[in-house]
Amino acid sequence: MKAIVNIYLKEGVLDPQGKAVHHALDSLGFDSVKDVRVGKQIVLDLDAKNKEEIEKEVKQMSETLLANTVIEDYDIEIVE
Amino acid sequence: MKSLNVSILQFPGTNCEYDTVYAFKRLGHNTNVIWHKEESIPADTDLVVVPGGFSYGDYLRCGSIAKFSPVMKSVIAYANDGGRVLGICNGFQILTEAGLLPGALKRNDNLHFISRHQHLKVVNSNNDFLKKCKEGEVLYIPIAHHDGNYFVDDETLSDMYDNAQVLLKYCDSEGNPMVVNGSVEQIAGVCNKDKNVFGLMPHPERAMESILGSKDGIRMLEGFGI
Amino acid sequence: MANEALENIEEVLSAHKLSYADYEHMKQILGREPNLVEIGIFSAMWSEHCSYKSSKKYLNGFPTKAPWVIQGPGENAGVIDIGGGMAAVFKMESHNHPSYIEPFQGAATGVGGILRDIFTMGARPVANLNSLRFGDIEGNSDTAKYQRHLVKGVVEGIGSYGNCMGVPTIGGEMSFESCYNGNILVNAFSLGLAKSDEIFYGKAEGIGNPVIYVGSKTGRDGLGGAVMSSDSFTEESKKLRPTVQVGDPFTEKLLLEACLELFKTDYVIGIQDMGAAGLTSSSFEMAGRSGSGMVMHLDKVPAREEGMTPYEFMLSESQERMLICAKKGTEDKIIEIFHKWDLDASVIGEVTDTGRMELFWYGEKVADVPVDPVSEEAPILDRPTKRPEYLDEIAKVGIDDFEKVSNQEAFEKLLSSNDIIDKAWVYEQYDSMVQTNTQKHPGSLDASVIRVKENGCAIAMSSDCNPRYCYIDPFVGAAYAVMESGRNVAMSGATPLAITDCLNFGNPENPEVMWQFAQSCEGIKEACANMETPVVSGNVSLYNETNGVSIYPTPAIAMVGVNDDENRVLGSKFAKEGSKLLLLGDTTGEFGASLYMKELYNTVAGTLKEPDYTAEARLWEFVIKANKYGLLLSAKDVNIGGIAMAVAKMSALSGIGAEINTNFEDKRWVFDESQSRAIIEVDEDSLQEVAKLAMDLGLKVEAIGITGGDSLKIDDISMPLEELKDIYFGTFPKKIKADIVD
Repeated sequence: MKAIVNIYLKEGVLDPQGKAVHHALDSLGFDSVKDVRVGKQIVLDLDAKNKEEIEKEVKQMSETLLANTVIEDYDIEIVE
Repeated sequence: MKSLNVSILQFPGTNCEYDTVYAFKRLGHNTNVIWHKEESIPADTDLVVVPGGFSYGDYLRCGSIAKFSPVMKSVIAYANDGGRVLGICNGFQILTEAGLLPGALKRNDNLHFISRHQHLKVVNSNNDFLKKCKEGEVLYIPIAHHDGNYFVDDETLSDMYDNAQVLLKYCDSEGNPMVVNGSVEQIAGVCNKDKNVFGLMPHPERAMESILGSKDGIRMLEGFGI
Repeated sequence: MANEALENIEEVLSAHKLSYADYEHMKQILGREPNLVEIGIFSAMWSEHCSYKSSKKYLNGFPTKAPWVIQGPGENAGVIDIGGGMAAVFKMESHNHPSYIEPFQGAATGVGGILRDIFTMGARPVANLNSLRFGDIEGNSDTAKYQRHLVKGVVEGIGSYGNCMGVPTIGGEMSFESCYNGNILVNAFSLGLAKSDEIFYGKAEGIGNPVIYVGSKTGRDGLGGAVMSSDSFTEESKKLRPTVQVGDPFTEKLLLEACLELFKTDYVIGIQDMGAAGLTSSSFEMAGRSGSGMVMHLDKVPAREEGMTPYEFMLSESQERMLICAKKGTEDKIIEIFHKWDLDASVIGEVTDTGRMELFWYGEKVADVPVDPVSEEAPILDRPTKRPEYLDEIAKVGIDDFEKVSNQEAFEKLLSSNDIIDKAWVYEQYDSMVQTNTQKHPGSLDASVIRVKENGCAIAMSSDCNPRYCYIDPFVGAAYAVMESGRNVAMSGATPLAITDCLNFGNPENPEVMWQFAQSCEGIKEACANMETPVVSGNVSLYNETNGVSIYPTPAIAMVGVNDDENRVLGSKFAKEGSKLLLLGDTTGEFGASLYMKELYNTVAGTLKEPDYTAEARLWEFVIKANKYGLLLSAKDVNIGGIAMAVAKMSALSGIGAEINTNFEDKRWVFDESQSRAIIEVDEDSLQEVAKLAMDLGLKVEAIGITGGDSLKIDDISMPLEELKDIYFGTFPKKIKADIVD
């Protein structure tokens, strides 16, 4: 089973990389872009357990190491 | 001035540990480099320094992996017991990640590494670290970082001001605020509520001799020995 | 032995850039048909990159000896004695081709490679420089956009690697010419320190001694990289991205610390970094230097990917790896050190006395090649040379052929040119202060300087080459590069001692390029012999050609010198107001390939004056002595853009104005580029002593001005200090950030 953790800077925390990409898209003429957030994706390959257990475990991983909850939010996707 | 036993941590990827040793030795202190796999720090430690560098390559987030090293458990216990801890640059990042200091450090707002001599204004000197400096004084200290953009939420920040926890801010040579890396209110250094854990992005250990451009680091680091 | 007959031998040869004659030669060496693994080995060892087959003829005869030289060319890096039991280990190397394809990783791994060359000798790297050449960065053309992308990527790559390693990048040079549009140059220099009696070499001797692989695991990175960098670019090669290696500075930092820990023991016989052609070149070179043989079990090599073959293990260019020959019985202790630093370490073979490289794969022999013939019988080419025809045409051109421009206009134009303006946007991305030794930082003009904590001396270093000079006269241009790099070093009060070079040229199959190469080598030889600064290490990069256009000859020279007192390092910016400015040396109206001609008339032409080594030596001696006596406040060499640009830089950097009055017969001479000159700043009370010392040395000295005020005046030129600073510091960021909308 795979767990995908997506990590982004929290709403309200300035995202300098997102800002730079937004500017770049603007200057390339993609003027429909309203906002850009740059995040990271961490893909975990896990020994098959039940989905709930894995979700719980990955949540713990995210809180302790993968994300810094002072500035970052995360979401978890489980893929079978 | 009394001679201190300074324990300087070494993680894989740390690169300022010997500069820190050199600086504290110049001040007449004893130094000990502690490998991150050690379970404890020497019992007679008077000050722990978490030096600069790229611990674990800073690959996930600066300082995020170092906080789980065996030695950090004893450093956290030492700090919670009132022991003095100073984090410089990557060390500052590690201490925020470990929850010993408020806030977090993000990528510089220009997305570049920034290395140069920088003016800093002393905001609060009523603490062990900066007691040799005067409030409002302008220091000239090297900075060298990619992720020094200090962030803290408004509520915590206002508590920090109330407790005199904001120590240093980036400024120009006249002391006027200066945007360097996007930090909230140009903050360059802070301490915890109990004023025993200190963190700053600039490198005082690089400003110990006039032939290298500045001696202002002496005044900062001297504070611990008085 | 596994020896499947190779079908389509022609295809295999061509894929390996080998000729049929090479194939016959291989057969003769082996006494049989080579298999694929062996062809791979021959192809790597006989590539231009490893064998120097086009250049070898001209590299012979470089002056390489002096009493202070501990190790000359032929090892991983050169070594000189710097006193107090300490030695400086240094080298410069190119990473041009990979950097054009993928600038960040190309430049990063270039830095990684040169750092390994230094610490494999037992030295801790303490300073990096780089010499960078780019094409046109201005405007909205695709070329300019791509060039800006390259500048950003290269700078970030250099920073990311050096910063993480904790090695300060303390200086370098950067210039721009259209000839680099298709081939940028990224030359990385590193200098390390070691005790002079604790240098390690790349040897493998003592029958039965283990051969140990340490560092990162091997993947399929950069397969055939040495072959790639020996080839010219076509549109096709832009698609070659996968062969570019990815650097991991964190792992290299661990490798550095582990190696330095290992060097404190007496376990090591020899050690060599796995650079170009990876395990092949490191094993062959180590065995070759010692006249030994070697057995290696390739299945024991730590692998990053599954299903890798012996061929891939031998040719992979994965980064951050070393090969060690150790004393028998120390294997476990060595492995323990590397495991402490979370690195792989594995005994993969041993030294034999067969003189052969025998490779095994799970017990089965997969290659058996005699060591010496592969390196010694590598083809040496005597490529045809021909004096380029363009030289006669451009020789006649002088600045009088063009419309006159006022000095004020010329000053403004030159000051804002890419060659002159400050590059803080670049060097502030490099940690220049880590290790707390840096005395002259990047941007502080002329040489960069670090002090040495162990012996209280200061080491000055400077990387220089003016490709325009080399284009109009490759012999004199190369000699000038040696003189200029030494002059920069001398300006800090240090005595120039030795050079490393990085010879970047076009396609050697073009006789005109080969002529340029031969001439430049002769120029370096003559200058190094006369200035008593031998060559201790170096690197050649050929095939810097795209779609038939070769780069200007670019023999980058990095000079290293020693000042025996760290407290007497001389600066290059004005120290204070009210001091006197003196010009040392003769001004004779030299404008060949000058900045003046390029910026005002868009022309690179003319001729260069013969080098005057005596005048140059006098100048060095004067500044070094006068500094020792405490007579100087600052000193700066006079170079491109002449006195005007030298003074403008000193003024902008210090924030102190100046007033200069010359008596030149032609007003334009304030931009003249006569060699062997410098500007010094002295106190009024030192004037007499300075004049006497100059007279004793037979050096021409004349007072030309005074520092102070809020503007810079040079004869009929005048500019307010604020404007001067704005142009000097503000122009480059504007140019490079042209794509960013804020």
